[in-house]
Amino acid sequence: MIRKTFESDIQQVKDEVIALGSMVEHAIISSVEALKKRDIKAAERIIAEDKEINKKRFAIENQLMILIATQQPMAHDLRLLASTMEIISELERMGDYAKGIANINMRMGEESLLKPLIDVPRMAQKGADMLHRALTAFVHEDVATAQALPVEDDEVDALYNQIYRELMVFVIEDPKNIERANWLLWVAHNLERFADRVTNICERTIFIATGEFGEIKSSDDEFWKSQKK
Amino acid sequence: MQNTRTYAIESNDLSIHYGTFTAVRGVNLKIERQKITAIIGPSGCGKSTLLRSFNRMNDFVPGCYATGELLLQGQNLYSKDIDPVEVRRKIGMVFQKPNPFPKSIYENIAWGARINGFKGKMDDLVEQSLRSAALWEEVKDKLQESAYALSGGQQQRLCIARTIAIQPEIILMDEPASALDPISTLRIEELMQELKKNYTILIVTHNMQQAARASDYTAMMMIDDQRAGGVIEFDETKSIFTRPKDKRTEDYVTGRFG
Repeated sequence: MIRKTFESDIQQVKDEVIALGSMVEHAIISSVEALKKRDIKAAERIIAEDKEINKKRFAIENQLMILIATQQPMAHDLRLLASTMEIISELERMGDYAKGIANINMRMGEESLLKPLIDVPRMAQKGADMLHRALTAFVHEDVATAQALPVEDDEVDALYNQIYRELMVFVIEDPKNIERANWLLWVAHNLERFADRVTNICERTIFIATGEFGEIKSSDDEFWKSQKK
Repeated sequence: MQNTRTYAIESNDLSIHYGTFTAVRGVNLKIERQKITAIIGPSGCGKSTLLRSFNRMNDFVPGCYATGELLLQGQNLYSKDIDPVEVRRKIGMVFQKPNPFPKSIYENIAWGARINGFKGKMDDLVEQSLRSAALWEEVKDKLQESAYALSGGQQQRLCIARTIAIQPEIILMDEPASALDPISTLRIEELMQELKKNYTILIVTHNMQQAARASDYTAMMMIDDQRAGGVIEFDETKSIFTRPKDKRTEDYVTGRFG
């Protein structure tokens, strides 16, 4: 292997991306857990941990820039490093969704939840699971998985639709519910966007492996279409 | 022949042989006019041999001959009735090491033009050529000094000025910057971008970043199992360096081979 040092640097970056992904996975699950238990202390911790996520993202970005500057990557290497730059920025924003949920938890103060959380944790679980598999596909450049995963986003969208309708019923029943319904809708929206960004990561993986850019499918479009009627 | 009009030069199944050994086999390249085409590939893959065949420089090598066609405006440059001196007037060459004549800066430009029967105002031609080679400002006050007094980078630009003084159609460059420092190298690359407004440039380079920075098209060469070099991939430079189609090109441009 002629470029042993470079190869091991690349492997190190991939390891760091996985570590960042685990932090984000953990953050989204615990943000919903904390909301479910109305645990304000945990929410505060999640907000503090988001700073660590941001720090790690910048550290990886710096590593990538150094590799680009010193190794003059070409072809596959170039696609990998440039796409990893995109992926870490997706991960950082996914971390922000967890922080957003923690913020809502804190803003709710003494108010109780409008309804027990059933589908919201399901959305979080599904999103975290998709992220986990998307990053495994990224590391192995597994195109088949990267192509298949975004289809699962439909499940997250379906849960979102369901939550949306339920919350609307609460609002129609009693306008006093508006604020508490709005908080939960906001939470669900964050989770819906979280899963959408998994699709972006999968698109990057396909680009790294094949050199082909392409939008796999825009579940957002599907969602808004379904809301039209 | 209609096709050749949009191309500066075109090779059809061009092979170069040294006696019984085939050094370059079956090259089909269409070189676009007023573009820079880089030829890259590992050492010994026939890049320079191919480049030299484009202005019949290989004629000087005993036992070397070409088969196939090399078409300049539809005319096969390897036809019996073609004068190789005339070929080299139309297709100029710049070498790896600057090789100015042991004469004044002025004479380096004027000499070739004079023996080519240039009848215009020599001072103007010298100035114009030096300006085109981005050298005029640096040498205008010492035109009568020896070319050897110039730095390596300046000497190389002088050689380029000497080449364009003959008004060629195509300029071949064989590693024109490999003996130069990074700043002089970038200066040559900038100059190439200027020159391509009027000329077609073919450049052989070992420096992949240079090919990536400076060229529009890239031809990747590699030897086959009989040690004959050939073009394995030819595409726009941006494709070669971001998504090459051939695995061997990928390995070469990413530094895994060669």
